[in-house]
This record gives sequence, structure tokens and C-alpha cells, in this order.
Amino acid sequence: MIELHIILILMILGAIVAMEIESLLSSVIALGAVGAGLTLAFLLLRAPDLAITQLVVEILSLVILIKATVGVEVKSQRLRIKRGYLVFAVIFVVLFIWISRKAIMDLPQFGSPIMKMGSQYIASGLKKTGAANLVSAIILDFRGYDTLGEATILFTSAIGVITVLRKIGRKL
Amino acid sequence: MKKPGMSLIVKRITKITVSLIFLFGVYIALHGHLTPGGGFAGGVIIALSFIHVVLAFGKDVALKRINEKAASIIESLGGLMFLGIALLGVMGGYFFLNVLSKGRPFDLFSSGIIILCNIAILLKVGAGLFAIFIALAFFRMPQEDKEKKE
Repeated sequence: MIELHIILILMILGAIVAMEIESLLSSVIALGAVGAGLTLAFLLLRAPDLAITQLVVEILSLVILIKATVGVEVKSQRLRIKRGYLVFAVIFVVLFIWISRKAIMDLPQFGSPIMKMGSQYIASGLKKTGAANLVSAIILDFRGYDTLGEATILFTSAIGVITVLRKIGRKL
Repeated sequence: MKKPGMSLIVKRITKITVSLIFLFGVYIALHGHLTPGGGFAGGVIIALSFIHVVLAFGKDVALKRINEKAASIIESLGGLMFLGIALLGVMGGYFFLNVLSKGRPFDLFSSGIIILCNIAILLKVGAGLFAIFIALAFFRMPQEDKEKKE
């Protein structure tokens, strides 16, 4: 699991770079590095379905973001943080970690135990659905309602984008 | 006069690769019940192949093949097809019931409605994301038009 930790640390560093860097385009590219690290993390955790989806969606969003930020100059304004707020934030974070320490310690080990529903799916998924890929069997057969909701979300977002940006009915 | 799109090298390479990318998207979606992937990933790859054409050749060439009206019609058809497959299960008992025959496992045409659902989601996601890209990248705001005229 050491390689997973290395990738996670690199992702955190990439996110910090994306926050702090001056140029907007470099910030978008740092965000892309974070997404690529997430793809590798999914691969290491043996989730190829998620890795494929994450990779292609990352490429799509990166293309849109680069298209939006090329040639745009934004004057970045340094936020001046008052010292009192900083002290308050640090105290809150320390308290939060200290209180949630016990809950974090009590978390089960990664990947175990396999829950009752999960073991049911693994045992009878192929027989009940006939799909060799268990992930497809779950998202399209056992959990079809979730996929229907996801399709509705995508439909609504497409309608929203086109409605906001179209030419008809716009006051000049 | 400057031609729209990128340089000649990019255009030649695009002509070779774009059909391969499109085919790979169809492959990922059709084999969604056998190998990793599925309708969503395949749809995004197909949308990316159209975006590839848009970026290399400019929007006029790509929008001649499929404009945003056709994209929205295909997206709605995909959504209705998904809902229709779900309603098909009502005949056998309840919503989303896998009524079709399962076939032999590991065959291409197996697993009943799952492969049809993957095709529906492929149409929906591919057309929907392409329409979103076209809208975000090429619909101009009125202020920008005014600035250009001045």
C-alpha cells in the first residue's frame, strides 16, 4: 500500500499547487495531474471500471476548462487572512481531529469484512443477471434506479447549460 | 485568409485517429457486461471523438456532421430508450426486471437488458456531453459580440 500513499501525497501536492499558482492555465494543468493520480489510485485498488470512467471524464473536463481559460487573464487577489481567524481555524482543526480520533481508530480494515449484500452479489450475480462484469450487473440490474437517477441528472444538466447559453429569448 | 482549425499535421493525424477513437468507444460500451467499462465510459469516449474533430477542424466542419439540435434529439431518444427498457420489465412483474433471456455467460449477446441499457446510455451520454461542450465553447455571450463589433 506504500505506492498508494505516495500517489495520495502527490495528489495533495498537486491540489495545493492548483490553488496557489498564479497563472490560470497552469492551475488547470495541475488539476489534471490530480485527476491522473486518482486514476492510478483506482487502478492500484483494482477498480478498472472506475479508472476508465475517471480517465475519460478527466480528459473531457480538462478540454473544456482549457478551452475556457486560454487567453483569459485574471488578476489574482491575495486574500489577507486575519491572525485571529487563523488561530481559531487551527484550534478547530486540532479539536476535530482529536475528537474524531476514536472513530477513525475504530474503522474496519480496508476491504474487510465483506458485507452481506456484497457477498450476495458476488455469489449470485452471474447466475441472476448473466453479466460477467459484476459492476455492470450491479449498476444496471440490481441498482437500476440509481442509474436512472444519474441519467436524469445528466439530462437536466445538459438542458440547463443549453437553456442558459442559447440565443433565443435573450434580451440584448 | 486564415483557415479555421489547427495545422495540417493535426488535421492529417485527426483523419486517421478519429474513427479509431469512435470505434473504441463503441467497443467499450458493447462489451460493458464482459470487460471493464460500460455505457457511460463509452459515451464519453464517443463525445471526445467528436470534440477531437471540433478542435482540429473548427466548429463548422463538425457541426455539419451533427449539430446541436440533432445531439439533443439523440440524447432525448437515449433517455427514452433507457426508460422504455425499464418499463419493459413491468410486463414480467416490476420495474427494471430483466425479462429478456440471459443467454450463455461470456457471450457478446448475453445478460438480457444490460447490453440494451448500455447502448441507451451510450447514446445519451455521448450526445449530451457533446451538446454541453458545444454550448460551453461556442455559444457567445451578447457582451462579447458587442465588444467584437466595436
